[in-house]
Amino acid sequence: MRLRLAALLAVVMGMLILLTPGTAIAQATPTPTPSAGAVPTADNPIVEGANITVTLLDLKGGEGKPEPVPGVSLTVLKDSKTGAEVGSQTTDSKGRVSIGIEGNGTYVVELDPDTLPSGVKLSGGGETTKTVEVKLASSNFVQFQIGAVVVEKASFGSKVVDGTRSGIISGLLIALAALGLSLIFGTTGLTNFGHGELITFGAIATYIFNRGVGLPVIVAGILAVVAAAVFGFLQDRILWRPLRNRGTGLIAMMIVSIGFALLLRSVYQYGFGGSTRTLSEYVVQGRDSYLGVDLSHKEVAIVLVSVITITVTCIALMRTRLGKAMRAVSDNPALSASSGMRVDGVISAVWILGTALTGLAGVLLAVQQQVNFQMGFNLLLLVFAGVTLGGLGTIWGALIGSLIIGLMVELGPVFGVPASIKEVGALVVLILILLVRPQGILGKAQRIG
Amino acid sequence: MDFGTILDAALSSALGPQAIVFALAAIGLNVHFGYTGLLNFGQAGFMSIAAFGLAVTVVTWDLPFLVGILVGMVGAVLLALVLGVPTLRLRADYLAIVTIATSEILRLVFGAVEFKDTFGGSNGLTGFVRPYQNLNPYSDGFSLHIGSFGIVSFSKNDLWSITVGWLLVALSCLVVWALMRSPWGRVLKSIREDEDAVRSLGKNVFAYKMQALVLGGVFGGIAGIFHILKQGSAVPTDFNTTFTFYAYAALLIGGAARVLGPVVGSIIFWFLISGIGSFFSEATGGSDPVIPDWIMTQTQSSLVRLILLGLGLMLLMIFRPQGIFGDRREIAIDGR
Amino acid sequence: MAVELNAARSALASISKEPGSKKPDAIVVGSNITRTFGGLKAVDVEHIEIPRGVITALIGPNGAGKTTLFNLLTGFDEPDEGDWAFNGKKLSNVPAYKVARLGMVRTFQLTKVLSKLTVIENMRLGATGQRGERFFSAAFKSLWSSQEDANTVRADELLGRFKLDAKREDFAGSLSGGQRKLLEMARALMVDPELIMLDEPMAGVNPALKQSLLEHVKSLRDEGRTVLFVEHDMDMVRDISDWVIVMAQGQIVAEGTPQSVMADQRVIDAYLGAHHDTDITEIDLQDLEAEADAELDAEKDKA
Repeated sequence: MRLRLAALLAVVMGMLILLTPGTAIAQATPTPTPSAGAVPTADNPIVEGANITVTLLDLKGGEGKPEPVPGVSLTVLKDSKTGAEVGSQTTDSKGRVSIGIEGNGTYVVELDPDTLPSGVKLSGGGETTKTVEVKLASSNFVQFQIGAVVVEKASFGSKVVDGTRSGIISGLLIALAALGLSLIFGTTGLTNFGHGELITFGAIATYIFNRGVGLPVIVAGILAVVAAAVFGFLQDRILWRPLRNRGTGLIAMMIVSIGFALLLRSVYQYGFGGSTRTLSEYVVQGRDSYLGVDLSHKEVAIVLVSVITITVTCIALMRTRLGKAMRAVSDNPALSASSGMRVDGVISAVWILGTALTGLAGVLLAVQQQVNFQMGFNLLLLVFAGVTLGGLGTIWGALIGSLIIGLMVELGPVFGVPASIKEVGALVVLILILLVRPQGILGKAQRIG
Repeated sequence: MDFGTILDAALSSALGPQAIVFALAAIGLNVHFGYTGLLNFGQAGFMSIAAFGLAVTVVTWDLPFLVGILVGMVGAVLLALVLGVPTLRLRADYLAIVTIATSEILRLVFGAVEFKDTFGGSNGLTGFVRPYQNLNPYSDGFSLHIGSFGIVSFSKNDLWSITVGWLLVALSCLVVWALMRSPWGRVLKSIREDEDAVRSLGKNVFAYKMQALVLGGVFGGIAGIFHILKQGSAVPTDFNTTFTFYAYAALLIGGAARVLGPVVGSIIFWFLISGIGSFFSEATGGSDPVIPDWIMTQTQSSLVRLILLGLGLMLLMIFRPQGIFGDRREIAIDGR
Repeated sequence: MAVELNAARSALASISKEPGSKKPDAIVVGSNITRTFGGLKAVDVEHIEIPRGVITALIGPNGAGKTTLFNLLTGFDEPDEGDWAFNGKKLSNVPAYKVARLGMVRTFQLTKVLSKLTVIENMRLGATGQRGERFFSAAFKSLWSSQEDANTVRADELLGRFKLDAKREDFAGSLSGGQRKLLEMARALMVDPELIMLDEPMAGVNPALKQSLLEHVKSLRDEGRTVLFVEHDMDMVRDISDWVIVMAQGQIVAEGTPQSVMADQRVIDAYLGAHHDTDITEIDLQDLEAEADAELDAEKDKA
């Protein structure tokens, strides 16, 4: 018997009014509405003006289309859990409540778990509340999950399938960034601790093009990749090339990169703020079954984009003149220079390609998850782990290492790694593999000392 | 704009417990990186294992305080051995990756909700500090000011921590000084420059690196224990990778491979961090801030010091890798 | 001592000139030593014996595997297979530092002086069995200062002998190429080795200094040490060596006294390349280049 895994998702919107009365973006439900069947008339119309609207959906653990959950009681409170009650409503047939609020401020949405349908209970520390910051006159709305909900125990097999799916997706994202890191490391020897901030750059640039300029996410993503490439080019020209010309040592450059990372991260936080935000499209999607694996449309897109990009990059590196030049420079810069190669040009190209790939990882990560000023920094260690695991400076190694790291992270909990610290499994594996094969999986064996 | 407040904040941090934690941690890094050339990016891990060694022994296992200190220090030594055996024979970057990974593993495990009963989850552990505070001979805090113009001020507990802390720093410096002027220190400095040369002269390079890793780890452990004693709680998130990076910044400001480098560096680091933080906080605070809100909000003002820190670390490394007081001929940061 | 040296030399005269020949009193004996980089055999030595008490030169074209063999013998690299012994003691899997302690000390092709240390500190580092190098006694100066003083006296004597005494307090990084070679040699003597192995002692040395360097190498032999050196400079080989071993493509192709080796057709082939007249093996230029690259890579990886 196949056990059912279900998840309940609540999307909370702090609806924002513009200054003209009556122009509230009331209809804009960010959740793709399930099209199945006739939609009954909503019992809870969206309140005019400033409001908090919540849509409660049963994602059924990603199997099939999400369905609204009616009859759940939700309460909105001002400032904190113990604050004054603003309003209370029970979800309608669309799974929706809409409660008017007075204006700017912090609100807490509380879900009464007793009113959930039988067999459904909240997990994840029983998180039944969520805090919403409402800022009027800014054109944003907030969405997030109130804990994933597991109804029944999933079978071991389906856990493995789920873990493998998430593992491959995050492995591919790590691989894109790792490819960028590995290219730059392989050619210049720079261990770039600022690489995480290049991921964030892609994500934040997407956010700005999308929310700030108002472009569709796909266009914004493409522009963000271009911006990342330009950023990489400028970074090399303004910072790293002069340092190379000065003969700055690799360790000194590594410490410079630590400083640069700190600088960038703080600048991001300065401009973007400390909160986590979402793009305007593809935020929440149900999953369809493809060959027995459940994937949402955006996950399919992410997998395709990253696989194609990685394949094209790798083939290009093997076949093209530039690829050969890159490998020559990485092998012996002095010799390459004396044989008439424009070493600086090749390194510029590597930076452009490397940061574009890394920026793309950030774009896809922003689509897959959300945007935050330290999202790249949080991923950096796993990127390093992927590169090291595969063998420092090898392209295919970075790819394989990243996939292994992604899978270890997501499959770890299936094999007993506490779910709240699932990265630990991958890091332990990294250390263990380095014990057995210090040069990494594909690295060249070499004896040091 | 109250310059007394700013000076008070800067000096109180520069001479206070926070700078001591950094000084101790950076003394350890100095042994690793400055003298031996070992890239330990997991100093926070040495700190956390010692800190939680103490906290868990006292709070969870209900054993005496001194046993806790012992457990903590043994933890730091064991961590050094466990990290060193596989990585010290490898290229320098591997030690960097493995130490950074290990310190993150430790932080995550100590903060995991699944191990809440042992390590206290994300809130950490409290209630181990009494034997330490009972020894406090001071009955009052200390504050130095001219009129309303503050210069420096410490609470009673801080005063005790400062006394203990600077004593620990002085002792640690003494140990480092005595060791580094000896032939043992000469071997370390030689390893930093060229392992093979040292090996060709019949020295067991691996053993020396291990000794250095353990010694620096012990200083890290002392820093970790002092950190939780001065604040009365052991919180996992205190021991993140950023801490290690900041400690490196402090070390590099003062000058690596100099006995007093990490100490001077930590003092300057905290003077600047607190001073700049306080300055921008003052400048953006109040009803009519000096810097208008649309340029910088109060929240953003706390970030300026981090931006400057990042910039400062870059410029320092580019233009004065030997630190503010170091001698370029003696320092080999540009090695591999 | 001079009597012994002459005896050792005359003993060499009667030795077979075949590659891998037996010596009456060999200090190093090795057999079947191979080392491959990728698919390339950098070293493939069937048998090698280094005679005691004399100067032996190891020569051969670039990429012949001389430095690799050096690295293998001294424990700086591990062979795929093979065993060798120093004074009868097997050295397979013995780490480099222990090899040095046994009395077999090497220098490097690219000199490894410690440039951030002063000349005298470089010298002191070379002394063995220092109490002050042990962690627990290091912190207490009284435990090691007398030994340090004795080492310093010995170091100063050597600096005087190698004419580096004027540079005593300078950072080693400020020395010229030739002075570095001298310092490295003097430092190796601090270990008091029985066998000293010099990897291209003449490389990068100002011609004016060469003659005095030659005298220094000879003086090592004259004080009873065995010397093995790698060299390209054929004049130097002719001048100072008592025995010559020729390598090509990882193998020992000829041995003998300098005069006999220089006249040997196999050696001429090995040097000029076999393209004009092949009689031993096919020397493939590309192979040679690849081998040289592999060796360079190995060097680079270690650095």
